Amino acid sequence: MEPSPRTATSNPPVAASATAANLGERDLVRRSASTIPPPARQLEPVAKLIDVSKCIGCKACQSACVEWNDTKPGLETNTGIYENPHDLTPDMFTLMRFTEWENPQSGNLEWLIRKDGCMHCEDPGCLKACPAPGAIVQYSNGIVDFIHENCIGCGYCIKGCPFNIPRISKVDHTAYKCTLCSDRVAVGQGPACAKACPTHAISFGTKEDMKTLADSRIEDLKSRGYENAGLYDPPGVGGTHVMYVLHHNDQPEIYSGLPKDPKVSPVVNAWKGMAKYVGFAAMGLAAAAGMLHSAFTGPNRVTREDEEKAEDLVKEKT
Amino acid sequence: MATTSIEKEDAIHPGKPVVVSRYNLGARVNHWITAISLILLALSGLAFFHPSLFFLTGLFGGGQEARAFHPWIGVLLFFSFAGLFIRFWRANLPEKSDREWLAHANDAIAGNEEKLPEAGRYNPIQKFNFWVMSLLIIALIVTGIAIWDQYFFDWTTIPQKRVAVLLHSLAAVALICIWIVHVYAVIWARGTLRAMTRGSVTGGWAWRHHRRWLKELAEHHRFKKPATPAE
Ligand code: HEM
Ligand code: SF4
Repeated sequence: MEPSPRTATSNPPVAASATAANLGERDLVRRSASTIPPPARQLEPVAKLIDVSKCIGCKACQSACVEWNDTKPGLETNTGIYENPHDLTPDMFTLMRFTEWENPQSGNLEWLIRKDGCMHCEDPGCLKACPAPGAIVQYSNGIVDFIHENCIGCGYCIKGCPFNIPRISKVDHTAYKCTLCSDRVAVGQGPACAKACPTHAISFGTKEDMKTLADSRIEDLKSRGYENAGLYDPPGVGGTHVMYVLHHNDQPEIYSGLPKDPKVSPVVNAWKGMAKYVGFAAMGLAAAAGMLHSAFTGPNRVTREDEEKAEDLVKEKT
Repeated sequence: MATTSIEKEDAIHPGKPVVVSRYNLGARVNHWITAISLILLALSGLAFFHPSLFFLTGLFGGGQEARAFHPWIGVLLFFSFAGLFIRFWRANLPEKSDREWLAHANDAIAGNEEKLPEAGRYNPIQKFNFWVMSLLIIALIVTGIAIWDQYFFDWTTIPQKRVAVLLHSLAAVALICIWIVHVYAVIWARGTLRAMTRGSVTGGWAWRHHRRWLKELAEHHRFKKPATPAE
């Protein structure tokens, strides 16, 4: 296995760790609407770990994301809530979502802040739904990336995604979302958001390292009374390459609607599976029925007799 | 009422052979706009339906273009078909004799039309196609708008969009099947295509396939000057 960056808390200097640029064609494990040969090599799976219990909601990560990706989220009006902008947009790939939650056990008001964005599912619904060859790819290290020149802007990825993440740009009509800074990871750097986080609530490294780090954090939270603290790495989508440490892992929904058991919708599976077989079979049968019918009955021709009958009828009436 | 089967433009031109006007120019133009938009929709839609057909986007200038044009062609189809619907819905209303005709549907399929009750302007299979096409096109415009994210994203929720895109693809498949049957039937029953090209059929064609229609026209003295001897 090819090593991946191990930048659990901070980033290595560029020169010291610069690995040969990876994440090219040969590192693809999946390519939308395409069948591809297995990758030439296996990169070590990576993950971003977001420790919700450490986040102070400063949005440095959001700023870093905007800066690195050079996006320009428009100015919005203040409607009295902390989210800014008010939702993920084609120019805002990550968004701090704030919830004021009253803990029924302790009676405490808890301020839950979750950094929303693409989860980089091991089994990505967006990629499954995408009809355009190569518009969505998954690398062997787990990163799911949108390749804009292949995107047709149909919005199928939005229907496939169990987390409501992709957004279509009104400017170039292609889909945008967090890239997990694939362009940085390709050269041995961690994502911009992880680099900017002042509390180390965002870490990046191999998925294995991130799980170990999460374990120590969970142990700490448990020792401080959060008995349901746990790691959010939902198995319904094969696990994710963006994971959360949640103090209330038994009820992820309280964190601005984080789904408890996300899966690719059965409707999407039916559309991308059964519907294709039924569709081709039905159209094939209709065409075959026509050919068989024509082979067995031959054309239905108007006869001389028919014409005469019509002429007689007309004569009779005129 | 039997007379419902006659349309304004229908008329017998006595002669040898007898010629019967069936579709005026407006109806024919309307039909061909519908037909062309349906084919373009099937081609662009199938391109998104399965990766093996994605190359069809090339006919429209690329994926982005096919994605952008498809729903607009759909709007054209909807209004164009609405035109056909307004023209022909009366003649497609079911009537009593349809039941008996359908009881002999196997004779119809075998081409033994002498065994069938005389058909009016449309036979029950044509009527069935007409109503199913109407329903499918309504289903396609409704589900199509639900997934037309460029303009109507906020009109539906994501779970609704998922159902809509599934139904849209199934309705499209059903419409394409009905369309195959329709086109096949036109080719099978020789002498039918000219109804939509020249606008008329021969008396023998009308006698063979839509005898009651022909008789009703004669009964109502819907005669016009002999057609210009075309052939
Ligand atoms: C009547 C109005 C219609 C509208 C507004 C409409 C709209 C749409 C939209 C928005 C899409 C998604 C791709 C895109 O954004 O271009 C789509 C996909 C599709 N459309 Fe339509 N459409 C219509 C009619 C039709 C018709 C008549 C057919 C076939 C004869 C058809 C076949 C398809 C197919 C096969 C797909 C792909 C579904 C899939 O990916 O599984 N559509 N349509
Ligand atoms: S909008 Fe989404 S599903 Fe459609 S082509 Fe682009 S990436 Fe694929």
